[in-house]
Amino acid sequence: MSSDPLDGKSGGRVALAPGLPGWPSPLRLTVNGTAHTVRSSPDTPLLYVLRDELQLHGPRFGCGLGQCGACTVHLGGVAVRSCSIPVSAVGDQPVTTLEGLGSPEHPHPVQQAFIEEQAMQCGYCINGWIMTAAAFLDKTPHPGDAEIRTALSGLICRCGAHMRILRAVRRAAAHGG
Amino acid sequence: MTAVSAHTLSRRHFLKTSGAVVVSFAMPPVILGSQPGTAGAEEAVPDPAQLDSWLAIGEDGSVTVFTGMLELGMGVATAYGQIVAEELDVPVRSVSIVMGDTARTPDQAGIGGSRAISTGARPLRHAAAEARRVLLDLASTRLGAPADRLTIRDGVVHRTDDTTKTASFGELIGGRHFDVTLRTSGEGSTLDVAGSAQPKSPDQYTIVGQPVPRIDIPDKATGRFTYIVDVRVPDMLHGRVIRPAPPGARLLAAEGARVLPGSVKVVRKGNFLGVVADTEWDAIQAARNLKVTWSASEVSWPAMADLYRTMRTMPARLRRVMADVGDVDAALAQAARTIEARYEWPFLSHAMMGPSCAVADVRDGGATIWSGTQHPHQLRQGLAELLNLPPADVHIIWVEGSGSYGRSGSDDAAADAALLSQAVGRPVRVQWMRADETGWDPKGPPVVTAVRAGLDDQGNVVAWDYVARNFTGRGVPPQPARGGNFLAAHLIGLAADSIDEPPNLQEAYTFPNKRRAGEVVPWPQEASPLRTGYLRAPSQPGTTFGAESFVDELAAALRADPVEFRLRYLQDPRAVAVIQAAAQKAGWASRPSPRKGVSPSGLATGRGIAYAPRGDTRLATIAEVEVNQATGQVHISRLVIAHDCGLIVNPDGLRGTIEANLIQSTSWALKEEVKFDRSGVTSVDWATYPILRTPDAPDAIDIVLINHPDLPPSGAGEPAAVATAPAIANAIFDATGARLRTAPFTPARVKDALERRA
Repeated sequence: MSSDPLDGKSGGRVALAPGLPGWPSPLRLTVNGTAHTVRSSPDTPLLYVLRDELQLHGPRFGCGLGQCGACTVHLGGVAVRSCSIPVSAVGDQPVTTLEGLGSPEHPHPVQQAFIEEQAMQCGYCINGWIMTAAAFLDKTPHPGDAEIRTALSGLICRCGAHMRILRAVRRAAAHGG
Repeated sequence: MTAVSAHTLSRRHFLKTSGAVVVSFAMPPVILGSQPGTAGAEEAVPDPAQLDSWLAIGEDGSVTVFTGMLELGMGVATAYGQIVAEELDVPVRSVSIVMGDTARTPDQAGIGGSRAISTGARPLRHAAAEARRVLLDLASTRLGAPADRLTIRDGVVHRTDDTTKTASFGELIGGRHFDVTLRTSGEGSTLDVAGSAQPKSPDQYTIVGQPVPRIDIPDKATGRFTYIVDVRVPDMLHGRVIRPAPPGARLLAAEGARVLPGSVKVVRKGNFLGVVADTEWDAIQAARNLKVTWSASEVSWPAMADLYRTMRTMPARLRRVMADVGDVDAALAQAARTIEARYEWPFLSHAMMGPSCAVADVRDGGATIWSGTQHPHQLRQGLAELLNLPPADVHIIWVEGSGSYGRSGSDDAAADAALLSQAVGRPVRVQWMRADETGWDPKGPPVVTAVRAGLDDQGNVVAWDYVARNFTGRGVPPQPARGGNFLAAHLIGLAADSIDEPPNLQEAYTFPNKRRAGEVVPWPQEASPLRTGYLRAPSQPGTTFGAESFVDELAAALRADPVEFRLRYLQDPRAVAVIQAAAQKAGWASRPSPRKGVSPSGLATGRGIAYAPRGDTRLATIAEVEVNQATGQVHISRLVIAHDCGLIVNPDGLRGTIEANLIQSTSWALKEEVKFDRSGVTSVDWATYPILRTPDAPDAIDIVLINHPDLPPSGAGEPAAVATAPAIANAIFDATGARLRTAPFTPARVKDALERRA
């Protein structure tokens, strides 16, 4: 299906709709260990499927351009920007969101470190930092400060919680997060 | 003694939790469904003269407090919990806080001006103290002992002479009214209440002053928190807005959206244009692809390169002299030597992390609007006027949004959602796209500052003439209380208010002759992406950049150490204390700037200081920098701040807020500037409006908190943002001898200053 359902030409074309001939079979997604069938059109960015259809709050819209990281999820263990991936491209790879990483009762070590360092102001961006840091520490368990700063350089925090965020990531690394 | 009748608590706004947000220590904040249809005429704003409007105790002894103030991500809700728990002698975790709901919380004129703790918390503190007195009276009757033989621990009243005799708060009044009338004073942001109880004195505090962890962080770190962007109500559609391109253009035609899946509707009202669809993705694509014809632009503004010259040469609409000591003109005329300089501060974007968002349900003659506004009660008035509804039929429910720093786009998004919902007759959620946010949010105004000083032949400053200019604030007054003051209203063509507010100039030097004046120059504001509004410490980062850079220029001209020079002209002991504390923490070595033996190439290091008062808060910031003289890159090795905001409620929360203030203002100083040309604002995302990222963050930040339990809290949400840019500019000068008088200090500007240095 075209990613441009409105061609702007007068009259336009007849749209696809669920149930009509030509509508692809429902997509299946595994999110936080649970299988879901989703209704969204295949070109819908994963972010909107997670938020609007699966009612998840962790990944958030920040720019829709892959510039800020607020929408980050893990796809098969890799941190990716869910605003820029069509849901049809997910395939069989398991999706993990901030909710799936840990809970208030059983936080992931990176989440625990962010809680202990009180590493946020508003917290709107914090999904991206935690998900990116968790994937980074998985591959690089003992990073130096410069490595951490580089690994997190693709993320935006408008409030300016950077110093506490860096402390939290160092703490998580020291505790084997 | 006030008579207490503890009848069954049937109060609508306590029991009816529908749609409300509760911030609680004990449970995650929740959105409990929607309020289908609308608020209805019953929704009066709670009466601040009733204790029940501020505080309720459940049958289980839990405490719920109601405040018109809001959490912006600085930990205010946690501090409120501490203040209430302190007065009531309950555990902090038993306090829940309801914020910013026009049907459930008193009108405190919203949040801003660093007043969440300073004035915003006073009514809660006084209401809690009065509630404690009432509870002791009830316990006195029940336990058969006078109040002075009762003590309270963790929400349970004990007889001091017989500890088996107890009554819990829940037993005493749980689920029932206090029915106590309070005296009120002030209104809006100064609203306060008093009963007959005396609140505790600071020397009795055991909870206030402690570093209590923030109540919201565990849920935020695990994706359980509900932000405004997470609000979903039954039957809800998704909307997006399409702004004029170029700005000021008239909408001629919009067509080509009728065939989208989810039956996209196009909503048009004057030059306001939006789309509504079943799904968010359909709405986004419809907004992107709708074929829209706009007229040529009718807005004109100077070329970006001419901005500051235009601001300086325009006739002022208004001039306000804020201080006039001695005879400045005569002292300047008689001075042995005069020095002057001009400084320039750019347009800044709020650039909220989460683009502005609202959900509106406007139908059946009423409206319910969920918004991340900073002024729910004022938004209610403004939207009522915009929607042509009685204010009593408009219910605003604040839900925490992405961190906001003043008059952001949140109110404008609420108006967008309200108009779209009104047009389609169903609830509509609107979130702006990134370009709507960074491109079209109200901008922090540019500030031009000119300072002139006269020196006598002994090198004393005998005159100080300090003038700053910014723009008239037409259409974006600090509060959204009028229907014409939303971006959508401008596009429809409603009349906007005009606010002439001169820049905020604060300094406290004891020069014998001095003048401080703020001037306002006109600027096209309506329906403009360069309309201006409050942004964190409105205009003071610009004026303090001028004043504190100039003080440094004076010290350098006199070959004086910048710390010693400032202390020579400051008498306020709290000002002296923050400067000395910062200098001590930084290990400041006394010497004039620039440092001796500055090499004209290679890496240069230096340090600079700036001092600022903001309201009753005092702070001094020291920056240590490394300047790469080949590239013009400035790296911040360390920031040190000493900060005195009176009594400290939560030192850890305060440190977090100060640190974030320093980072955000470092970002302003080094990176941020709204760019524009005749086609509109061209800095519309994080690539074109870059802000500080981790590699640019300082190596270290050291914070010295000066606690003054003898003084009321005076605010910390803004002050630490005002002195960073001059501290960095002064450090660059110390390192290199090059003076930066225009922010931001980009590599190109630094290189230019290095080439121009004497």
